Amino acid sequence: MAATKDSKEQKYDRQLRLWGDHGQEALENAHVCLINATATGTEILKNLVLPGIGAFTIVDGHSVSGEDAGNNFFLSVDSIGKNRAQAATELLQELNSDVSGNFVEESPDKLLDNDPEFFHRFTIVIGVQLPESTCLRLGSVLWSASVPFLICKTYGLIGYMRLVVQEHSVIESHPDNALEDLRLDQPFDDFKNHIKSYDLASMEKKDHSHTPWVIIVAKFLERWLSEHNNQPPKNYKEKEAFRQMIREGIIKNENGVPEDEENFDEAIKNVNTALNPTKIPSTVEDLFNSEQCNNITAQSSVFWVMLRAVKEFVHNEGNGSLPVRGTIPDMIADSQKFINLQNVYREKAMQDSAAVSKHVECLLQSVGKPPESISEKDIKLFCKNASFLRVVRCRSLAEEYNVDSINKDEITSCMDSPDSEMVFYLMLRAVDRFYQQHSRYPGVYNYQVEEDISKLKLCVNSLLQEYSFNVNIKDDYIHEFCRYGAAEPHTVSAFLGGSAAQEAIKIISHQFVPFNNTFIYNAMSQTSATFQL
Amino acid sequence: MADAEEPEKKRRRIEDLTEKMAVESGHRDGGWDGRWNHVRKFLERPGPFTHPDFEPSTESLQFLLETCKILVIGAGGLGCELLKNLALSGFRLIHVVDMDTIDVSNLNRQFLFRPKDVGRPKAEVAADFINNRIPGCKVVPHFKKIQDFDESFYRQFHIIVCGLDSIIARRWINGMLISVLSYEDGVLDPSSIIPLIDGGTEGFKGNARVILPGMTACIDCTLELYPPQINFPMCTIASMPRLPEHCIEYARILQWPKEQPFGETSLDGDNPEHIQWVFERSKDRASQFNIPGVTYRLTQGVVKRIIPAVASTNAVIAAACATEVFKIATSAYIPLNNYLVFNDVDGLYTYTFEAERKENCTACSQVPQDLQFPPSAKLQEVLEYLTENASLQMKSPAITTTLEGKNKTLYLQSVKSIEERTRPNLCKTLKELGLSDGQEIAVADVTTPQTVLFKINFTA
Repeated sequence: MAATKDSKEQKYDRQLRLWGDHGQEALENAHVCLINATATGTEILKNLVLPGIGAFTIVDGHSVSGEDAGNNFFLSVDSIGKNRAQAATELLQELNSDVSGNFVEESPDKLLDNDPEFFHRFTIVIGVQLPESTCLRLGSVLWSASVPFLICKTYGLIGYMRLVVQEHSVIESHPDNALEDLRLDQPFDDFKNHIKSYDLASMEKKDHSHTPWVIIVAKFLERWLSEHNNQPPKNYKEKEAFRQMIREGIIKNENGVPEDEENFDEAIKNVNTALNPTKIPSTVEDLFNSEQCNNITAQSSVFWVMLRAVKEFVHNEGNGSLPVRGTIPDMIADSQKFINLQNVYREKAMQDSAAVSKHVECLLQSVGKPPESISEKDIKLFCKNASFLRVVRCRSLAEEYNVDSINKDEITSCMDSPDSEMVFYLMLRAVDRFYQQHSRYPGVYNYQVEEDISKLKLCVNSLLQEYSFNVNIKDDYIHEFCRYGAAEPHTVSAFLGGSAAQEAIKIISHQFVPFNNTFIYNAMSQTSATFQL
Repeated sequence: MADAEEPEKKRRRIEDLTEKMAVESGHRDGGWDGRWNHVRKFLERPGPFTHPDFEPSTESLQFLLETCKILVIGAGGLGCELLKNLALSGFRLIHVVDMDTIDVSNLNRQFLFRPKDVGRPKAEVAADFINNRIPGCKVVPHFKKIQDFDESFYRQFHIIVCGLDSIIARRWINGMLISVLSYEDGVLDPSSIIPLIDGGTEGFKGNARVILPGMTACIDCTLELYPPQINFPMCTIASMPRLPEHCIEYARILQWPKEQPFGETSLDGDNPEHIQWVFERSKDRASQFNIPGVTYRLTQGVVKRIIPAVASTNAVIAAACATEVFKIATSAYIPLNNYLVFNDVDGLYTYTFEAERKENCTACSQVPQDLQFPPSAKLQEVLEYLTENASLQMKSPAITTTLEGKNKTLYLQSVKSIEERTRPNLCKTLKELGLSDGQEIAVADVTTPQTVLFKINFTA
């Protein structure tokens, strides 16, 4: 376990490039609880041990069976008859000496009976192949303790995940395609002063051809505004005219033929996005309007305090806009012009961040907290990501299962297409009922497959009746779920193993956005769907 | 209650006995009771969604255990996962090819390797691990490049599954499987088709596809899905850097060859001393231009063209691939038709679609490729077309043709002496080289195991 910082840096290099040193630190401070070391469970844990979570604890009261050892990479034939938690811990621990592995030879139901607070110590609890009653009990305990709960199930060729977390904030969501924050529609003073230093008409060709497109668009926009009563180009026709105006700014040679000026080509290409009005994304507006933002108390999390500070900024120094992000995309330009332009945005971002800091200090003081309790570094990071902030709120299991609050609309509208992945959600619920009634799953033994079909159908009907779902489930699905015989094929377990582990990493690191809140994977068609139930 | 129990118990006893008889042969080879229970439900039971060709049988498991031969190409992030998945699905006759040795940066996801294995061949360590962990499994390793084998090697496999990190290698194996197809009177013989399952990952994105060579879209049919790698323009690197990456490329491309800091050795991205040298020079250059952001990590990333990677994405994609191998080997279900895209940056997103065959695909369409050039075009232009065209994307094509009954090399880059001899041809026009309208040229390239024939049609 005494890995040097250097050797860990080398080992984890490929993932550090995704979530950074601070993300890795969060992982290394995490303690994950896995309930049930089935193939699905150990595959999930493998994908958490390899990247170096601090510790894991497996809770499992079962003994290893022959079929367990047959589909599970972390159970050997020698472990048959031994406690499954212990057997799996050995082989999982062996994957990464940086990680500390523990096990509890007990069923989760027993722990809930005798010591429910046992679960409070974990960063996240992952429950695999759990019956409905255990999920609901555990869900309630973890909800009250604000411990995130991830439920996973492999049932035949179907994979299922349910995330239960009350409120999960994400500052670094790392969006795939983010719009740039250039403020060309509402240039700030330092930017306006900067472009004053450019006189395109009098520039030598070399300088002219290496002027950043942002400056070009800004200059021509100034001209346009002065000629059009301060109205920016709005429709296609006007934007075309604006592009033409820029095009005519290209230097011509002695024969009147336009020269090759790639920076002007870039300007013309970027006109559309450059003219997009600077707007606060609706996701962020919603956050501004939420209770937690408007009611800052001593219990408020760092996220909400910073968000409120940004909101104050928006209504004051920001003049209705978020703090400037401070980054610009690469563009054709000589080094100096580019760096100078970049610095203009960078300095504005620093000023805005400093203003937000002042609001943070005020807020902290107002609730009796020391102003240094939120660092400059954190505030800077928050401001840089202001457009991308996300908060994920999952409904509790109680809400999902309660007749009065079940998401009937979503379920019935999805079932308008009878082959929607929603049918698998309903079948899993029906199978849970079957287990409750018969203390076993349908079709485990060959001779049971046929006769369990009618029994399972009764469970399906009672489910639909209880919730007054006016939907039809094809008999083929009922047959298929009896055919599955509660099998847990390794490849489906492995698919869920990867999916669930990454969701757990998102929860632990607060980077990237977790799903909300039900994920279904169909290995027959290699399709999936996410529902908010 | 006692009466109701008896039939149940009796039936279970009969069931157990039947199962014991069925697995006896499995026991001979390191099996145990219930070992394949999870798999057998999909092989021995009829179902409403199975493939039309599916027949429930106890022999299907025997086919997997004793006969079905799978080739896994790559023993890295995807390869390790694939070997585990196949072994736990009943496959035992598995070969794995990988030309690489283990690096410490592999250990965050290539879970068959340990710190003590660094430096050893991936294929061999992976095979050992699997064979030890999964009794009865016989993985055969090959510490080789895929190009070291010919069609007699590849023909022995029922299914080939790839976890490669190079488009060139993908195109090569794709071309190889197309070359072993046999046609009778223009009709494809289905028994000559070797299904190719291909997986790829990058950070949190991945894809898995099923290719039936000669029948469904091949790698080259969808080449546009892999846009060519963008390199920074030389003038930016040489005189107008703006980003820290530009400074690093300056040190790598211009300063290293000029200063030869470690003698006449080429830059080795795996040598920390080399990276340190590039890092220092990059910092110098960056400070000259006031460019922030040069770090050791960035330097290494740019020099080695590092693609970030985690265990989870590889687990997902390899799982999807292995599921397809199982479906095809057993006809248990209709296979993926034919392309799956996965992304879990924001929630989990999958998209499944049918990639279409390209009518004039250079690899699988059997249609002779027509090129249009004026006779005054220089050979250089033909070369550029072969490398830059989005559907061709060749790397360093060697062009030969037949003139006056004799085979003549027009240009070849990979052998220094021939390159020097044929270089003047690049400036000559097609007419000057003696080519006539409709002339066929044969082009060889790393992207394909067989030469591609092109017909040059003269334009006005």
